Amino acid sequence: MEINKDLMAASSTPIVLAILAEEDSYGYAILQRVRELSGGRMEWTDGMLYPVLHRLERLGHVEARWEVAESGRRRKYYRITSRGRAQLAEERRQWQAVDATLRGIWQALSPSAPAGHPASAAQPPQGA
Amino acid sequence: MPDPGDGVSLEEQIDQWRGYLRRRQAIHPVDVAELEDHLREQVAVLADAGLATDEAFLVAVKRMGDLDALSREFAREHSDRLWKQLVVVPSHDSGDKRARARTDAIVAFCLAGAAAAVIKVPALFGIQLDGNDGFYARNLSLFVLPLLTGYFVWKRRVGTGTLRWLALAFVAAGVFANVYPFGGNLGGNTEALTALHLPIALWLVVGIGYAGGRWSQVGGRMDFIRFSGELFIYYVLIALGGGVLTAFMAMIFQSIGIDVEPFFESWLLPCGAIGAVVVASWLVEAKQSVIENMAPVLTRLFAPLFAAVLVTFLGTMLWTGSGVGIERNVLIAFDLLLVVVLGLLLYSVSARDPRSPPGAFDVVQVVLVVSALLADAVALWAIAARITEFGFSPNRVAALGENVILLVNLAWSAVLYIRFLRGRGSFTSLERWQTDYLPVYAVWAAIVVIVFPPVFGYT
Repeated sequence: MEINKDLMAASSTPIVLAILAEEDSYGYAILQRVRELSGGRMEWTDGMLYPVLHRLERLGHVEARWEVAESGRRRKYYRITSRGRAQLAEERRQWQAVDATLRGIWQALSPSAPAGHPASAAQPPQGA
Repeated sequence: MPDPGDGVSLEEQIDQWRGYLRRRQAIHPVDVAELEDHLREQVAVLADAGLATDEAFLVAVKRMGDLDALSREFAREHSDRLWKQLVVVPSHDSGDKRARARTDAIVAFCLAGAAAAVIKVPALFGIQLDGNDGFYARNLSLFVLPLLTGYFVWKRRVGTGTLRWLALAFVAAGVFANVYPFGGNLGGNTEALTALHLPIALWLVVGIGYAGGRWSQVGGRMDFIRFSGELFIYYVLIALGGGVLTAFMAMIFQSIGIDVEPFFESWLLPCGAIGAVVVASWLVEAKQSVIENMAPVLTRLFAPLFAAVLVTFLGTMLWTGSGVGIERNVLIAFDLLLVVVLGLLLYSVSARDPRSPPGAFDVVQVVLVVSALLADAVALWAIAARITEFGFSPNRVAALGENVILLVNLAWSAVLYIRFLRGRGSFTSLERWQTDYLPVYAVWAAIVVIVFPPVFGYT
């Protein structure tokens, strides 16, 4: 299943912030976590994650630092800031509202539809 | 790990890939390093899963995504970097690009020619440059700014909805500049104020055309600020060049006994000065990448010097205990001081990477702004105490209004800047404040143009 570009773009902020709220991380590991959480349903083009991270950094939602990883390479780690956490809480409220609305309408549309309807299963657990 | 297949090692392949990325100006070396770390980890994971190194490399590169799309995405996020480039991001092939650059130049020079012609049109109807100072001074911006806006409307493909508003603004400006019964020889204060403030109000209209749909975004307005600064510098350079040209022209023609002064006064100077605005704008658009932007460089140079002068001024004033002498032009002098300080602040903000941490230069900026505020407060205090004695002439009210507008801007900027220095806020909020404030100047200028003349009886 392909998730459309607009939906990907809109969800990237809460997903990245939520993953960083779990622990500090870096680009590659964030993408791995997204794959894991979405069961492979959300496939980001790897490079596109970085402009997203830089935007969050500019807005002060995350902080970055360079560290030497165990591989011996320099690696850029990202950490969520208190402002980022506030933003995450806000995004979470908004997405829950969207989710609840959609759930309502799915139910009204097809009460007999199977529980594993792709639309409702496509929402990965967020901010866990 | 050398690849036995074709003799190209992984390191060489990565080197090549890095080279490709480096050529994209929107992606800085530090970002290339970040992406490279990603690529290497991906290659290592794939190789562990059993892929040959070169296969792993290919897959990892493919997953990274199309480089054009990627650098476009980077350019969108880092529009300050994008500003330094010649062309946004080449999404078409280079032949097409060159053709577009040529059309662009042709259109710009046609518009410059049109502006130069338009300034001579009133002369056809008997309104000569000589003896109609008031008419020309009031309408100066209307001769060139509509054409300049037209250039951006054409270039950015501005929609008809916006276009209608822009046209309406120019028509309204034309009406207000000409319906009031001024003396016509710049004798009255309000007429001079109109001539001075109309360009400021209309510059916002140019900005909306320049931003072409991005006016509502901080980035769009910031790009317009950058454009304005560069335009000013290019214009000054062109004017200097023009001065040298005319000096030589006068000299060599004099040697054969021909006086070029009449031609210079009624043709070369007005047409050249008007046309140069459009040409300079085109240059700024086309040559962004050739040199580092000049306005920020000058800012870096002069911000510490201005800060030193202001601090010394305040210190001396405290030491000698002398107040600010109240003369006719003291308010205007302090207005200009605030404008310069605001310019220094604005152009250092426009060139600063909002992600980098506070540094020594930021402290200099804060010192500059705070000392300017203090100096202005002293002057305002002295003037406020004696304003009743002086009376409210239009000039004084206009100068006072401008002073308050600039003071509010700088005061809040200082607060935001200090918050940023103390790690309590992000630099973005300062950018946002400065770009959100732009309409205020235009609105005040419009008030001076529209409301002042009737209120002060066209004197």
